[in-house]
Amino acid sequence: MEAHGPRADEDLVTLLTHTGERVSHPDFDRYAEGVDAEAMRRMWRDMTVVRAFDNEATSLQRQGELGVWVQSLGQEAAQIGSGHALTGNDFVFPSYREHGVALTRGVDMPEILRIFRGLQHGAWDPEAHRFHLYTLVIGAHSLHATGYAMAMDRDGMVGTGDPERDGAVICYFGDGATSQGDVSEAMVFAAVNSAPIVFFVQNNQFAISEPVARQTRAPLAQRGAGFDIPSVRVDGNDVLACHAVTRWALERARSGGGPVLIEAFTYRMGAHTTADDPTRYRTRADEAYWAERDPIARLDAYLTSLGELGEDFRATVAAEAKDLGRRTRETVRGWTSPTSTAMFDHVYAEPHATVEAERAWFERYERTFAAEEVHA
Amino acid sequence: MTQMTLAGAINRGLRAAMDRDEKVLLMGEDIGQLGGVFRVTDGLWKDFGPDRVMDTPLAESGIVGTAIGMSMRGYRPVVEIQFDGFVFPAFDQITTQLAKMHYRSQGRIQLPVVIRVPFAGGIGGLEHHSESPEALFAHTAGLRVISPAAPQDAYDMIQQAIASPDPVLFLEPKARYWDKGEVDESRVDAQLAAEDGASAGTAEMSRGRVARQGTDVTLVAYGPTVRLALQAAEVAGADGTSIEVVDLRSISPLDSATVVRSAKRTGRVVIVHEAPTTYGPGAELSARIAEQAFFHLHAPVLRVGGFHAPYPGAKLEHDYLPNLDRVLDAVDRVMTH
Repeated sequence: MEAHGPRADEDLVTLLTHTGERVSHPDFDRYAEGVDAEAMRRMWRDMTVVRAFDNEATSLQRQGELGVWVQSLGQEAAQIGSGHALTGNDFVFPSYREHGVALTRGVDMPEILRIFRGLQHGAWDPEAHRFHLYTLVIGAHSLHATGYAMAMDRDGMVGTGDPERDGAVICYFGDGATSQGDVSEAMVFAAVNSAPIVFFVQNNQFAISEPVARQTRAPLAQRGAGFDIPSVRVDGNDVLACHAVTRWALERARSGGGPVLIEAFTYRMGAHTTADDPTRYRTRADEAYWAERDPIARLDAYLTSLGELGEDFRATVAAEAKDLGRRTRETVRGWTSPTSTAMFDHVYAEPHATVEAERAWFERYERTFAAEEVHA
Repeated sequence: MTQMTLAGAINRGLRAAMDRDEKVLLMGEDIGQLGGVFRVTDGLWKDFGPDRVMDTPLAESGIVGTAIGMSMRGYRPVVEIQFDGFVFPAFDQITTQLAKMHYRSQGRIQLPVVIRVPFAGGIGGLEHHSESPEALFAHTAGLRVISPAAPQDAYDMIQQAIASPDPVLFLEPKARYWDKGEVDESRVDAQLAAEDGASAGTAEMSRGRVARQGTDVTLVAYGPTVRLALQAAEVAGADGTSIEVVDLRSISPLDSATVVRSAKRTGRVVIVHEAPTTYGPGAELSARIAEQAFFHLHAPVLRVGGFHAPYPGAKLEHDYLPNLDRVLDAVDRVMTH
């Protein structure tokens, strides 16, 4: 770990040390005050369940059931902590690794795998969950998120003081995305329009193989200053701190305070995807260092020290995780491929002559095989 | 009927669309107080205010990307890209996001965004101010690409584009901005007021039109070259060659049925556009004519268009652009068969 710069863990907001001790923070303690043992158990439960789902999906990829899988391993605190700060009016724009946030938004987890099995490119109703589809072009969704936030402001959903009415947008992306022009443009548009949006950077140290030092010389949270966007750097493996800073940021945005940038300093414990080989670009020592900072182990240690993580609860969650794993396997294996002409569905909302003609041709072409089968 | 310029007709169409639907809003650079560099949005900022006529930061990807987000909440943003050559910073947002969101979401998310682009040459512009990038967008499934050639179409089609649930690239032939014509404002108003107005309007703006009837040669054009094709038809007619002119109006979808019907009648086709002919709309259209009307043809389909060279400096643009001589030369060549 370097002492200064983008890879250094300096100036992080921390409420739980990596050994699970509660430490005080002058600004953010009050945003963690309402988080009682029950709320923390729910976070522990969600982190545990999403990791089990993640591991199951990795297994399914290894078994050939999925084309590829994108692990969220190691980023559970950043995702669950922030996800638990969201209310029903908030709207999420994820990147493509935010399975933990998806869980907090009520997405039925196996459904995510429709994308990775190659059935379709988007797999849930974004409006129903207030959780937009995954976006694979890095950073492109940051602009959609900003436009959506500008529209929420227009629609009178900001600064009314009515919690039933006010809302904000949270937009997730990684350290690599911060180099994309779209992300800088999003911050320009968000700042000049004072849009109710929280930019949540999960700095997981890598953009595939490139370390964060290939993206920036300064800590990413410093990026906000030039846009006049208040920024905070948080220990991304500390679920309580992630929750507290996100609560602060969202409350600020909902009340009309404008955008906030959060850098959650975390670590991608897994590969970029199942097609990646991290042994080519990082050391075992590095992995061991971060393994000691496992986000679930940290909360586990804290709750255990309080006597708030009983064996019954552990067993219940373990059973739930196992059940989700089984249901995920069965669901994925039960899916059949879409009919071939589904590739023409929804290209346009209104009929388009080229699509109609090609669909008609393809249907006729396919029928020629059916006729041959009859003759055979 | 009211006489107006093509630019004025778009302005009137935008105003009518904003009056009709309060979710319609304009976004772009210098479109507010200034009224746009071509004054197409003149007066709208004053009448509708800065919340509906938004001067944006100078970032095309940002404009289109935030327009996408706003349309996800039911707004109908009409984006102005200042010049054709400046659409490319937004190319990613247009082709990977705007074009594909409806497909990606299995039809759950509609993005009724219109992107207005003053395009094509003939105004003595600097580099990046005279380009014809329509093939790049027509090649992308999920987008509609249309271009009016006359004030009436400009007035109708901008409103049909705004009412359409699909994203539309609306290409405005900037050299024709000051052409005048009579405009009937009532017809499209009635169309869009009807319950199925958006569907009817989308279907109508997707169709080409026979702009002049003839029997010997079909000249196909759209946007900036329609007037040129009609001039060529006049001149050739005086020499005894009867030319039919098809104004495509839509590049995606391509109304090949109207062209093929005409090609079957005349047996000779010349396609005229400012875009480079290589991989241009004319290449696609001539392939379709070969597939669907091959045995009706008396001559190879010819194309008159821009060359496979960057758009040149203003002193050379009249050599680069299709002109009357080059169109008539192509007509002569198909008539030798």
